[in-house]
Amino acid sequence: MTMNRRTFSGVSLAALLARTGSLRAADETPRRGGTLVVNLEPEPSSFLFNSNTAGILAAQVVEGLVEYDESFKPVPALAESWEQSPDGKTITFHLRRGVSWHDGKPFTAADVQYTVLEVIKKVNPRAGTAYRAVEAVDTPDSHTAIFRLSEPSPAIWAVLSSAEAPILPRHLYEGTPPLANPWNSKLVGTGPFVFKEWVRGDYVLVERNPTYWRKDRPYLDRIRFRTIPDPGARAAALETGEVHYAPFSAVPPSDVDRLRKLSNLVVETRGYGTFVPAFFFEFNLDRPQFRDKHVRAAFAHAIDRQALADRVWFGLAKPATGPIPSAHAELYTADVTQYPFDLKKAEALLDEAGLPRDAEGVRLRVNHYTMPYGDLFKRAGEFLRESLKQVGIDLQLVNLDLAPFLRQIYGERNFDTYSTYYNSSADPQIGVLRRYWSKAILKGVAWSNGPGYSNPEADRLIETSFTENDPAKRRALLVELQKIAQDDLPSINLLELQHFSIVSSRVRGLSTVRDGHSKALRDVWLVR
Amino acid sequence: MLPRLRYLVGRLLQVVPVAFLIILANFFLLRLAPGDLADVMAGEAGAATPEFMAALRQQFGSDQPVFTQLLNYYGKILSFDLGYSFRNSADVTSLIVSRLPATALLVGASLVLAVMLGVALGWLAAVTPRRWVAGLVSTVTSIGFATPLFWIGLMLIVLFSIELRWLPTGGFYDRDADYEGWELVVDVAKHMVMPVASLAIFYVTIYARLTTTAILDVQKMDYVRTAQAKGLGPRYVSIVHVLRNALLPVVTVSGMQIGALISGSVVIETVFAWPGMGRLAFDAVMQRDLNLLLGILFCTSLLVIVANLVTDFVYALLDPRIELQ
Repeated sequence: MTMNRRTFSGVSLAALLARTGSLRAADETPRRGGTLVVNLEPEPSSFLFNSNTAGILAAQVVEGLVEYDESFKPVPALAESWEQSPDGKTITFHLRRGVSWHDGKPFTAADVQYTVLEVIKKVNPRAGTAYRAVEAVDTPDSHTAIFRLSEPSPAIWAVLSSAEAPILPRHLYEGTPPLANPWNSKLVGTGPFVFKEWVRGDYVLVERNPTYWRKDRPYLDRIRFRTIPDPGARAAALETGEVHYAPFSAVPPSDVDRLRKLSNLVVETRGYGTFVPAFFFEFNLDRPQFRDKHVRAAFAHAIDRQALADRVWFGLAKPATGPIPSAHAELYTADVTQYPFDLKKAEALLDEAGLPRDAEGVRLRVNHYTMPYGDLFKRAGEFLRESLKQVGIDLQLVNLDLAPFLRQIYGERNFDTYSTYYNSSADPQIGVLRRYWSKAILKGVAWSNGPGYSNPEADRLIETSFTENDPAKRRALLVELQKIAQDDLPSINLLELQHFSIVSSRVRGLSTVRDGHSKALRDVWLVR
Repeated sequence: MLPRLRYLVGRLLQVVPVAFLIILANFFLLRLAPGDLADVMAGEAGAATPEFMAALRQQFGSDQPVFTQLLNYYGKILSFDLGYSFRNSADVTSLIVSRLPATALLVGASLVLAVMLGVALGWLAAVTPRRWVAGLVSTVTSIGFATPLFWIGLMLIVLFSIELRWLPTGGFYDRDADYEGWELVVDVAKHMVMPVASLAIFYVTIYARLTTTAILDVQKMDYVRTAQAKGLGPRYVSIVHVLRNALLPVVTVSGMQIGALISGSVVIETVFAWPGMGRLAFDAVMQRDLNLLLGILFCTSLLVIVANLVTDFVYALLDPRIELQ
């Protein structure tokens, strides 16, 4: 872009400072007021349990019992303090007093009891698994909530924030099926912003909560979440400053370098540690040709994952070493079997498996369903096709949209191979383990155990880890599982994708901690 | 006047069985697409459990037998209720009503611009004695027709929004500026310039080509020679006798395109973040939001029927030989 006088005068001193100070600058005084314009794509269906973007909306309006700090340790939110019994089966939360819902009613332990038992445990499609053991929530007084668990559930400590366990107002939900409650799209919460208006296909508006319990927050008067469906137009709106903040990789990776060079924009990759899309290649293990592990290993050796990360994702991804992404430092291990890029070895393995090249030089013809999340994943499919062609595997790509893809893979189970990602989530129990758990082979359930992988030892490790309250022992179990996953190779762990936000240099106070992307924007303010 | 009124009532009565059949056809056609809304919502959530999917299907009523669902839908239509869009957590009627003005404005303005420009260019190409003018008109309009809409849109954004900073990149109007009255009109107009221009460029060709061909045909007619023979000036003949009759095919085609008023232009609405019906319909298809899609198709078909009726009346106005009966 050429710098004419008009754009140059638009580049303020603050913007120049921001290039060095990035997203936070301790020496600046926060400025109150203003409207932050956020691009939100895709437009969620409601505030609750829909897409990744629904979580960002919800975080402004509702709150969880806790939040997480830099080291992903819980810090007070609606709960001021808590303690857990040594057996891990009783967790007592002491709730904050003097907090009220946006409609003026007081927040009490009854709200926590209702939300946990009737909403989170029953209908949260992701984190519900961590709450399965919660049998009762006792409320001895109006500001104490005691979780009674049938067995320990350590994963619950990763999903107590608004991202997966937003506390909802009992008086508006009780007696209705929670997923059908009309308040889901005009949420009433206790959070820093009050829901104002949702114009479908255009924007969602939230306004400053003047009676928020954190006395001097939020800084912003309003946040407008705008829908801009076209990636090119999104990039343009960011460039012109019409949009200040675009989370969740709003532009194609190929555009990032160009935007990074603009003086009024910053590309931020921190804050996505609880949302690492683990991209992988799955085999249908019911197909006879994939029962032989040599064949699966040959596929793995034939794919140059670094090249995939560099060429398709322009470096906004890195090769995965196993099923659990490295962001989960407390559970991750790199000490597992690797399948380095080695075409000769791949060919040798295929020879060994009795799959010689035919007259056309083809050993194996299989179909491959690409992830229905846009062009990037089609490009990845093409990369895989060209890679595997070199060792005589003819990968026939099928590109579908979301609904038929889910039907074909998880409904009909009629596929040879496919590639997709699962969001690793705040804890691998939610985002990773189901891929290797035989009880997650669920016909008709989206994003379950697609390959149909079943190993009693893996099942034992997974199920024991669900209730293992000792962090060191839990780690040992999941390290063992990661080894088995890489040895058995029911699926090839290709990449850890890196989500990024595009942020205007006028924006200050955006959280960059592990779950930063899903936090309330209450500390955010705009430089003039 | 009476035969015209009788004609109108007769045509309107035909709407009832047609609408009934349209709903029936749509209802079953849409079910042919693999996957349902519960699949999509579970897919968007990133994870699912059998209980979650069952709860969704129960909420949508899609666990009922298909015939029961159809009867329920007809029952609702009779009480002017288009149902509920679960993906959008809103009434179908209110969704359509809230999106319709934006699309009507966009497509309406583009059609008017395209018809005026197209007829003018077509007329120019037909009557000019200079061949290169006709060639130029044909070349320019063909390029406009052949260029992908989204590309024109994005290039306009690059030029007018990013480089020159004259126009906003998208949206209906600036929601945070609190404009009122005349300021709001100006702001909407600013936001409309690029989407309307991109869409009009596409339609202009059609009208220019139609007009040229029709004029060349009409010029050979006996009544044109008669008009010339009785001494009328060439310009008068060309406009009053030739152009008026040559407009008939233009009216036919624009009548058909009024259907586009409600279904909109998906591409333009996507590129310019224009909150219109085209994107609503497109998203409904991708999300398998059957209630919403049925509602949109129902409204579109009603509009097409009405547009055909209006077209017939305009025919009668333009050409006295056509009688409505």
